[in-house]
Amino acid sequence: MKNLKFLLIGTLFGIILIKAEVISWFRIQEMFRFQSFHMYGIIGSAIVVGMISLLVIKKYNIKTFSGEEIKIAPKEFTKGNIFGGLMFGLGWAMTGACPGPLYALIGSGLPIVIVVLLSAVFGTYMYGVLKDKLPH
Amino acid sequence: MNILLQPWPWYVAGPLIGLMIPLLLLAGNKAFGISSTLRHICAACIPTKAPFFTYNWKAESWNLIFALGMILGGFIAGYLLKNPNPIELSESAVADMNKLGIKNYSGLIPSDIFNFHALLTLRGFILMVVGGFLIGFGTRYAGGCTSGHAIMGLSNLQFPSLIATCCFFAGGLIMTWFVLPYIMNL
Repeated sequence: MKNLKFLLIGTLFGIILIKAEVISWFRIQEMFRFQSFHMYGIIGSAIVVGMISLLVIKKYNIKTFSGEEIKIAPKEFTKGNIFGGLMFGLGWAMTGACPGPLYALIGSGLPIVIVVLLSAVFGTYMYGVLKDKLPH
Repeated sequence: MNILLQPWPWYVAGPLIGLMIPLLLLAGNKAFGISSTLRHICAACIPTKAPFFTYNWKAESWNLIFALGMILGGFIAGYLLKNPNPIELSESAVADMNKLGIKNYSGLIPSDIFNFHALLTLRGFILMVVGGFLIGFGTRYAGGCTSGHAIMGLSNLQFPSLIATCCFFAGGLIMTWFVLPYIMNL
Protein backbone atom coordinates (compact mmCIF):
# COMPACT_ATOMS: atom_id res chain seq x y z
CA MET A 1 0.00 0.00 0.00
CA LYS A 2 3.06 2.24 0.18
CA ASN A 3 2.61 2.74 -3.56
CA LEU A 4 -0.86 4.20 -3.18
CA LYS A 5 0.55 7.72 -2.95
CA PHE A 6 2.17 7.27 -6.36
CA LEU A 7 -1.19 6.24 -7.77
CA LEU A 8 -2.64 9.49 -6.45
CA ILE A 9 0.22 11.65 -7.74
CA GLY A 10 0.01 9.90 -11.12
CA THR A 11 -3.73 10.54 -11.23
CA LEU A 12 -3.15 14.21 -10.55
CA PHE A 13 -0.50 14.35 -13.26
CA GLY A 14 -2.80 12.62 -15.76
CA ILE A 15 -5.57 15.14 -15.05
CA ILE A 16 -3.17 18.06 -15.50
CA LEU A 17 -1.84 16.72 -18.82
CA ILE A 18 -5.34 16.37 -20.27
CA LYS A 19 -6.69 19.67 -18.89
CA ALA A 20 -3.62 21.55 -20.14
CA GLU A 21 -4.05 19.93 -23.59
CA VAL A 22 -0.31 19.17 -23.75
CA ILE A 23 -1.25 15.66 -24.86
CA SER A 24 -2.91 17.02 -27.99
CA TRP A 25 -1.41 16.33 -31.41
CA PHE A 26 -2.85 19.72 -32.42
CA ARG A 27 -1.02 21.53 -29.62
CA ILE A 28 2.26 19.78 -30.44
CA GLN A 29 1.92 20.81 -34.08
CA GLU A 30 1.20 24.38 -32.98
CA MET A 31 4.34 24.29 -30.83
CA PHE A 32 6.65 22.99 -33.56
CA ARG A 33 5.21 25.62 -35.92
CA PHE A 34 5.80 28.41 -33.35
CA GLN A 35 2.15 29.44 -33.57
CA SER A 36 1.24 29.53 -29.91
CA PHE A 37 2.93 30.31 -26.62
CA HIS A 38 0.87 27.68 -24.78
CA MET A 39 3.34 24.76 -24.81
CA TYR A 40 6.37 26.97 -24.26
CA GLY A 41 4.66 28.60 -21.31
CA ILE A 42 3.86 25.23 -19.77
CA ILE A 43 7.28 23.63 -20.24
CA GLY A 44 9.08 26.85 -19.24
CA SER A 45 7.07 27.49 -16.08
CA ALA A 46 7.28 23.79 -15.11
CA ILE A 47 11.08 24.00 -15.31
CA VAL A 48 11.19 27.24 -13.30
CA VAL A 49 9.00 25.78 -10.54
CA GLY A 50 10.98 22.52 -10.59
CA MET A 51 14.27 24.41 -10.38
CA ILE A 52 13.14 26.55 -7.45
CA SER A 53 11.81 23.45 -5.67
CA LEU A 54 15.13 21.66 -6.05
CA LEU A 55 17.07 24.73 -4.86
CA VAL A 56 14.88 24.94 -1.75
CA ILE A 57 15.21 21.20 -1.09
CA LYS A 58 19.01 21.39 -1.39
CA LYS A 59 19.48 24.65 0.50
CA TYR A 60 17.40 23.63 3.51
CA ASN A 61 18.38 19.97 3.23
CA ILE A 62 14.73 18.94 3.25
CA LYS A 63 14.10 15.25 3.87
CA THR A 64 11.42 12.95 2.43
CA PHE A 65 8.19 12.49 4.41
CA SER A 66 9.71 9.35 5.90
CA GLY A 67 12.90 11.20 6.88
CA GLU A 68 15.29 10.00 4.18
CA GLU A 69 17.98 12.19 2.65
CA ILE A 70 16.85 13.31 -0.81
CA LYS A 71 19.13 12.02 -3.55
CA ILE A 72 18.92 12.64 -7.28
CA ALA A 73 21.15 10.65 -9.61
CA PRO A 74 22.96 12.90 -12.10
CA LYS A 75 22.35 12.30 -15.81
CA GLU A 76 25.38 11.02 -17.69
CA PHE A 77 26.26 12.33 -21.12
CA THR A 78 26.27 9.78 -23.95
CA LYS A 79 25.97 10.12 -27.71
CA GLY A 80 22.54 8.62 -27.16
CA ASN A 81 21.39 11.98 -25.83
CA ILE A 82 21.87 13.20 -29.40
CA PHE A 83 20.89 10.23 -31.59
CA GLY A 84 18.14 9.00 -29.31
CA GLY A 85 16.97 12.55 -28.71
CA LEU A 86 16.57 13.16 -32.44
CA MET A 87 14.66 9.89 -32.88
CA PHE A 88 12.41 10.75 -29.96
CA GLY A 89 11.74 14.19 -31.45
CA LEU A 90 10.70 12.69 -34.79
CA GLY A 91 8.30 10.36 -33.00
CA TRP A 92 6.99 13.16 -30.79
CA ALA A 93 5.95 15.23 -33.82
CA MET A 94 4.46 12.18 -35.60
CA THR A 95 2.29 10.90 -32.76
CA GLY A 96 1.87 14.22 -30.95
CA ALA A 97 2.66 12.43 -27.70
CA CYS A 98 5.53 11.45 -25.47
CA PRO A 99 5.37 8.55 -22.99
CA GLY A 100 3.38 10.31 -20.23
CA PRO A 101 0.67 11.59 -22.55
CA LEU A 102 0.25 8.12 -24.05
CA TYR A 103 -1.03 6.81 -20.71
CA ALA A 104 -3.28 9.81 -20.12
CA LEU A 105 -4.72 9.66 -23.66
CA ILE A 106 -5.58 5.97 -23.28
CA GLY A 107 -7.41 6.75 -20.06
CA SER A 108 -9.27 9.64 -21.66
CA GLY A 109 -11.07 7.17 -23.91
CA LEU A 110 -8.82 6.79 -26.95
CA PRO A 111 -8.07 3.05 -27.29
CA ILE A 112 -6.24 3.67 -30.59
CA VAL A 113 -3.38 5.14 -28.53
CA ILE A 114 -2.79 1.65 -27.06
CA VAL A 115 -1.30 0.82 -30.47
CA VAL A 116 1.19 3.69 -30.15
CA LEU A 117 2.07 2.63 -26.59
CA LEU A 118 2.64 -1.01 -27.60
CA SER A 119 4.82 0.18 -30.44
CA ALA A 120 6.79 2.36 -28.01
CA VAL A 121 7.25 -0.66 -25.71
CA PHE A 122 8.52 -2.62 -28.71
CA GLY A 123 10.87 0.26 -29.56
CA THR A 124 12.29 0.21 -26.04
CA TYR A 125 12.65 -3.57 -26.33
CA MET A 126 14.60 -3.25 -29.58
CA TYR A 127 16.85 -0.65 -27.96
CA GLY A 128 17.56 -3.07 -25.12
CA VAL A 129 18.44 -5.83 -27.59
CA LEU A 130 20.64 -3.63 -29.81
CA LYS A 131 22.13 -1.51 -27.02
CA ASP A 132 25.70 -2.84 -27.21
CA LYS A 133 25.86 -2.33 -30.97
CA LEU A 134 24.84 1.35 -30.81
CA PRO A 135 27.24 4.27 -30.35
CA HIS A 136 27.08 5.66 -26.82
CA MET B 1 -16.81 23.67 -11.44
CA ASN B 2 -16.73 25.66 -14.65
CA ILE B 3 -13.06 26.42 -14.10
CA LEU B 4 -12.32 22.72 -13.84
CA LEU B 5 -14.16 21.92 -17.07
CA GLN B 6 -12.44 24.63 -19.08
CA PRO B 7 -8.94 23.99 -20.38
CA TRP B 8 -6.35 25.10 -17.83
CA PRO B 9 -4.13 28.00 -18.92
CA TRP B 10 -0.37 27.49 -19.17
CA TYR B 11 0.38 29.51 -16.01
CA VAL B 12 -1.73 27.10 -13.96
CA ALA B 13 -0.78 23.82 -15.64
CA GLY B 14 2.96 24.52 -16.02
CA PRO B 15 3.67 25.25 -12.33
CA LEU B 16 1.51 22.26 -11.32
CA ILE B 17 3.62 20.01 -13.55
CA GLY B 18 6.76 21.52 -12.00
CA LEU B 19 5.43 20.64 -8.54
CA MET B 20 5.43 16.96 -9.53
CA ILE B 21 9.21 17.07 -8.98
CA PRO B 22 9.23 17.96 -5.24
CA LEU B 23 6.07 15.91 -4.67
CA LEU B 24 7.69 12.69 -5.93
CA LEU B 25 10.95 13.43 -4.11
CA LEU B 26 9.19 14.10 -0.81
CA ALA B 27 6.80 11.18 -1.23
CA GLY B 28 9.51 8.60 -1.76
CA ASN B 29 12.79 9.96 -3.13
CA LYS B 30 11.67 9.31 -6.69
CA ALA B 31 12.97 11.20 -9.71
CA PHE B 32 10.21 12.46 -11.97
CA GLY B 33 10.17 10.48 -15.21
CA ILE B 34 7.81 8.33 -17.24
CA SER B 35 9.72 6.65 -20.02
CA SER B 36 11.37 4.08 -17.72
CA THR B 37 7.92 2.51 -17.41
CA LEU B 38 8.35 1.26 -20.99
CA ARG B 39 11.48 -0.58 -19.91
CA HIS B 40 9.76 -2.00 -16.82
CA ILE B 41 6.89 -3.25 -19.00
CA CYS B 42 9.44 -5.05 -21.20
CA ALA B 43 11.19 -6.53 -18.18
CA ALA B 44 7.89 -7.65 -16.66
CA CYS B 45 6.10 -8.94 -19.76
CA ILE B 46 8.58 -10.05 -22.41
CA PRO B 47 10.55 -13.25 -21.80
CA THR B 48 14.08 -12.21 -22.73
CA LYS B 49 17.65 -12.84 -21.68
CA ALA B 50 18.85 -9.41 -22.80
CA PRO B 51 20.79 -7.99 -19.82
CA PHE B 52 19.03 -4.64 -20.24
CA PHE B 53 15.79 -6.27 -19.13
CA THR B 54 17.02 -8.68 -16.48
CA TYR B 55 16.84 -6.55 -13.37
CA ASN B 56 14.49 -6.40 -10.46
CA TRP B 57 11.72 -4.35 -12.08
CA LYS B 58 9.51 -4.91 -9.05
CA ALA B 59 11.78 -2.56 -7.12
CA GLU B 60 10.65 0.14 -9.60
CA SER B 61 6.99 -0.75 -9.40
CA TRP B 62 6.16 2.74 -8.08
CA ASN B 63 6.80 3.99 -11.61
CA LEU B 64 4.25 1.57 -13.09
CA ILE B 65 1.73 2.50 -10.40
CA PHE B 66 2.38 6.14 -11.27
CA ALA B 67 1.62 5.36 -14.94
CA LEU B 68 -1.54 3.52 -13.87
CA GLY B 69 -2.54 6.68 -12.01
CA MET B 70 -2.01 8.65 -15.21
CA ILE B 71 -4.47 6.39 -17.03
CA LEU B 72 -6.93 6.97 -14.21
CA GLY B 73 -6.27 10.71 -14.31
CA GLY B 74 -6.82 10.66 -18.07
CA PHE B 75 -10.16 8.96 -17.45
CA ILE B 76 -11.23 11.53 -14.85
CA ALA B 77 -10.20 14.48 -17.03
CA GLY B 78 -11.50 12.90 -20.22
CA TYR B 79 -14.94 11.93 -18.92
CA LEU B 80 -15.80 13.80 -15.71
CA LEU B 81 -13.92 17.06 -16.40
CA LYS B 82 -14.32 16.92 -20.16
CA ASN B 83 -14.05 20.22 -22.01
CA PRO B 84 -17.17 20.29 -24.20
CA ASN B 85 -15.56 22.63 -26.76
CA PRO B 86 -12.86 21.97 -29.35
CA ILE B 87 -9.32 23.09 -28.48
CA GLU B 88 -8.82 26.80 -29.13
CA LEU B 89 -5.98 26.62 -31.59
CA SER B 90 -4.38 29.62 -33.24
CA GLU B 91 -5.82 30.45 -36.66
CA SER B 92 -2.47 30.06 -38.36
CA ALA B 93 -2.04 26.56 -36.91
CA VAL B 94 -5.48 25.53 -38.14
CA ALA B 95 -4.70 26.96 -41.60
CA ASP B 96 -1.48 24.92 -41.75
CA MET B 97 -3.15 21.75 -40.52
CA ASN B 98 -5.99 22.21 -43.03
CA LYS B 99 -3.29 22.14 -45.70
CA LEU B 100 -2.06 18.84 -44.27
CA GLY B 101 -5.56 17.45 -44.79
CA ILE B 102 -6.86 17.58 -41.21
CA LYS B 103 -10.62 18.09 -41.14
CA ASN B 104 -11.81 17.08 -37.70
CA TYR B 105 -10.66 19.30 -34.81
CA SER B 106 -13.24 18.15 -32.28
CA GLY B 107 -11.15 15.88 -30.03
CA LEU B 108 -7.73 15.95 -28.37
CA ILE B 109 -6.12 14.21 -31.33
CA PRO B 110 -7.13 14.29 -35.02
CA SER B 111 -9.47 11.37 -35.57
CA ASP B 112 -8.78 11.69 -39.31
CA ILE B 113 -5.32 10.24 -38.73
CA PHE B 114 -5.56 8.27 -35.51
CA ASN B 115 -8.16 5.53 -35.83
CA PHE B 116 -8.16 1.76 -36.25
CA HIS B 117 -9.04 1.92 -39.97
CA ALA B 118 -6.12 4.25 -40.65
CA LEU B 119 -3.81 1.69 -39.06
CA LEU B 120 -4.14 -0.36 -42.24
CA THR B 121 -3.06 2.55 -44.45
CA LEU B 122 0.59 3.40 -45.06
CA ARG B 123 0.12 6.89 -43.61
CA GLY B 124 -1.59 5.67 -40.47
CA PHE B 125 0.91 2.86 -39.98
CA ILE B 126 3.86 5.24 -40.26
CA LEU B 127 2.38 7.85 -37.92
CA MET B 128 1.15 5.47 -35.21
CA VAL B 129 3.39 2.40 -35.36
CA VAL B 130 6.66 3.85 -36.66
CA GLY B 131 6.08 7.02 -34.60
CA GLY B 132 5.48 4.98 -31.46
CA PHE B 133 8.57 2.88 -32.15
CA LEU B 134 10.72 6.02 -32.51
CA ILE B 135 9.40 7.34 -29.19
CA GLY B 136 10.18 4.11 -27.36
CA PHE B 137 13.57 3.50 -28.96
CA GLY B 138 14.62 7.14 -28.86
CA THR B 139 13.65 7.84 -25.28
CA ARG B 140 15.63 4.93 -23.87
CA TYR B 141 18.60 5.64 -26.15
CA ALA B 142 18.49 9.27 -25.00
CA GLY B 143 18.12 8.24 -21.36
CA GLY B 144 14.79 9.96 -20.73
CA CYS B 145 11.79 11.71 -22.22
CA THR B 146 10.18 15.11 -21.96
CA SER B 147 9.54 14.62 -18.26
CA GLY B 148 12.85 13.00 -17.28
CA HIS B 149 15.11 15.21 -19.39
CA ALA B 150 13.26 18.41 -20.34
CA ILE B 151 11.53 18.99 -17.01
CA MET B 152 13.38 17.01 -14.32
CA GLY B 153 16.83 17.17 -15.95
CA LEU B 154 16.73 20.86 -16.84
CA SER B 155 15.34 21.73 -13.40
CA ASN B 156 18.33 19.93 -11.94
CA LEU B 157 20.72 21.78 -14.32
CA GLN B 158 21.89 18.61 -16.03
CA PHE B 159 23.94 19.29 -19.16
CA PRO B 160 23.05 15.95 -20.85
CA SER B 161 19.39 16.85 -20.43
CA LEU B 162 19.96 20.17 -22.20
CA ILE B 163 21.53 18.33 -25.14
CA ALA B 164 18.72 15.76 -25.18
CA THR B 165 16.01 18.42 -24.98
CA CYS B 166 17.55 20.38 -27.86
CA CYS B 167 17.65 17.17 -29.90
CA PHE B 168 14.02 16.33 -29.00
CA PHE B 169 13.11 19.71 -30.36
CA ALA B 170 15.34 19.47 -33.43
CA GLY B 171 13.81 16.08 -34.30
CA GLY B 172 10.31 17.52 -33.88
CA LEU B 173 11.10 20.49 -36.13
CA ILE B 174 12.61 18.26 -38.84
CA MET B 175 9.53 16.03 -38.76
CA THR B 176 7.00 18.88 -38.71
CA TRP B 177 8.57 21.05 -41.37
CA PHE B 178 10.27 18.63 -43.75
CA VAL B 179 8.87 15.11 -43.39
CA LEU B 180 5.27 15.30 -42.14
CA PRO B 181 3.93 17.00 -45.32
CA TYR B 182 5.13 13.98 -47.33
CA ILE B 183 3.73 11.44 -44.87
CA MET B 184 0.38 13.22 -44.84
CA ASN B 185 0.22 12.99 -48.65
CA LEU B 186 0.60 9.20 -48.67
